[in-house]
Amino acid sequence: MSAIKIKIDSLYKIFGKNPKEAIEHVKSGIGKDELLEKHNHVLGLQDINLDIYEKNIQVIMGLSGSGKSTLIRHINRLIEPTEGKIKVDEFDVMDYDKNALRKFRRQKTAMVFQRFALMPHLTVIKNVCIGLDMQGINPDESKKRSKHWIEKVGLNGYEERYPQHLSGGMQQRVGLARALTNDADILLMDEAFSALDPLIRKDMQDILLNLQSELNKTVVFITHDLDEALKLGDRIAILKDGRMDQEGLPADILLNPKTDYVKRFVEDVNRPRVLRAKNIMEKVNGQDLSNAIIVDENDFIESFIDKVLIKQPSIIIVKNKENKGEGYISPQRLSNILKK
Amino acid sequence: MDFFADFPTMERQDLRDFKKFIDFAFRSFARTYGDAIESFFHPLLMFLVWLEKLMINTPWPIVIMAIAGLAWLGSRSWKLVLGTIISFLVIGYFGMWKDTMATMAIIAVATIVCIGVGIPFGILMARSNRIQSIITPVLDVMQTIPSFVYLIPILMLLGIGKVPGLIAVCIYAIPPIVRLTNLGIREVDKEALEAIDAFGATTWQRLTKVQIPLALPTIFAGVNQTIMMALAMVVIASMIGVKGLGVPVLRAISNQYLALGLMNGLAIVALAIIFDRVCQHYGKRIQKHREGKH
Repeated sequence: MSAIKIKIDSLYKIFGKNPKEAIEHVKSGIGKDELLEKHNHVLGLQDINLDIYEKNIQVIMGLSGSGKSTLIRHINRLIEPTEGKIKVDEFDVMDYDKNALRKFRRQKTAMVFQRFALMPHLTVIKNVCIGLDMQGINPDESKKRSKHWIEKVGLNGYEERYPQHLSGGMQQRVGLARALTNDADILLMDEAFSALDPLIRKDMQDILLNLQSELNKTVVFITHDLDEALKLGDRIAILKDGRMDQEGLPADILLNPKTDYVKRFVEDVNRPRVLRAKNIMEKVNGQDLSNAIIVDENDFIESFIDKVLIKQPSIIIVKNKENKGEGYISPQRLSNILKK
Repeated sequence: MDFFADFPTMERQDLRDFKKFIDFAFRSFARTYGDAIESFFHPLLMFLVWLEKLMINTPWPIVIMAIAGLAWLGSRSWKLVLGTIISFLVIGYFGMWKDTMATMAIIAVATIVCIGVGIPFGILMARSNRIQSIITPVLDVMQTIPSFVYLIPILMLLGIGKVPGLIAVCIYAIPPIVRLTNLGIREVDKEALEAIDAFGATTWQRLTKVQIPLALPTIFAGVNQTIMMALAMVVIASMIGVKGLGVPVLRAISNQYLALGLMNGLAIVALAIIFDRVCQHYGKRIQKHREGKH
């Protein structure tokens, strides 16, 4: 496991007139609804602890009102917490004064927004340059760098257009290029693809995964869509009413949901499409290998299920990159997984 | 029963003393600071005089060409340029050329002053609700108080002349630009501001790269209104020594010269229409990114 990049430590956020007082009520066990009714404060986040690993895509998932957008805004302090710490690279973001915070936002983080938040009065290329403009980098240099990213996201030839003239998907490509041009370690994506049509959303997800395989940034990705979470996330955290219900690897959440809420959430997931062989294999020895088929550990169940049905093997051998057997999946196990 | 029949008033003597006290206090203030205030406004006077002379002394074909050129730069519309040229030819033909030039000079200077003072105040108002709650009633007073009332203290301070006239015009004309700058900045999309913050903008960068550019159409509407209101003040300003189209109008009122009044009045209208149309075209043009929404 790689190093921890962002460490969120017992983070609380309460909106209202006197959050410091309200926080005591929350700690003594009052829920979100009661806090609003009795004390007229809105519980944003409650005791969030989360380690986000370097070069991972950490998905934070929840329905609207779960506090996910609030949480991501704490990482670059667009929202100030009521209590708690956020450490990035061992430095507590809360300790930064105005100047240090500005420097941190310019160099360490870049953000992509749900509704794009492009500057309507600037052309595509100027929009993409904006992060570098803030840093005072000379225009030729920043133009060169933004050009590179405009190409990467496939917007060649649109440099001099205005955002309003582009479709939603293209606008978000601009948003993505703008964030990448900043060359920050951390990419904060707040429901970045939620406003897009399903097909375009899929394109954008693929672009992100492609780029990520080259760039290896630490990505914090907010979404309310479980399929998107499972597709993108190296790890997934599930928020509900400002509390973290479960955090872990996608397969773990799918196979071992801890709470009823998570269970309900993952119920309808198309498992063969999401789970890979390595997620469900077992390390049992002494199998009957007479009628075995071999699959790659990264294969989705979907991709080998037809083989299983036709050949009816006694066992499925899961091999790793070096062609060595890593584990086994018995037909019984596969059937259990698919039955849920 | 007297109590209900007659409104209980201040003793007449007291009231007289009270008014006298205020007059005296202001007069002594004027005596002490009048010169200082006058010298403070001196550069403005020099500029106004210079501009007026420039416009009157330059041969009229060149002035018309320059104005037509400006109209073209602003509007990119041949119709408007043609209309402008014809208007100025007619104005000149009816013998109102010099007065028109003088009026344009004072309108230009007043507009520059209003923009220079008004936009910063509008920005301040947008930045703080407290400042807004202080400035708004002041603007209300400036817009509703009869202009003759604030002419009095200005006259007491500075006497008759161009500068007091200019100040009177500015007091009347500045509220729209302050209000609309404030409004424009407050209406800027919150998401754009959040984005610029997330990229580490300073307060100044936030203002110059996002807030003002996005508020510009609204600010521009304010500039337009300011020019219109300045034009409307031309006649009143002529009462305290501002040259221009207002002077003949004033003469026409006191002597009941219908034709003189009408002609100069229409010249003011022509100027207003030209300024307004050029401004609006320009305002539309600077928002070309808004065209053809997807």
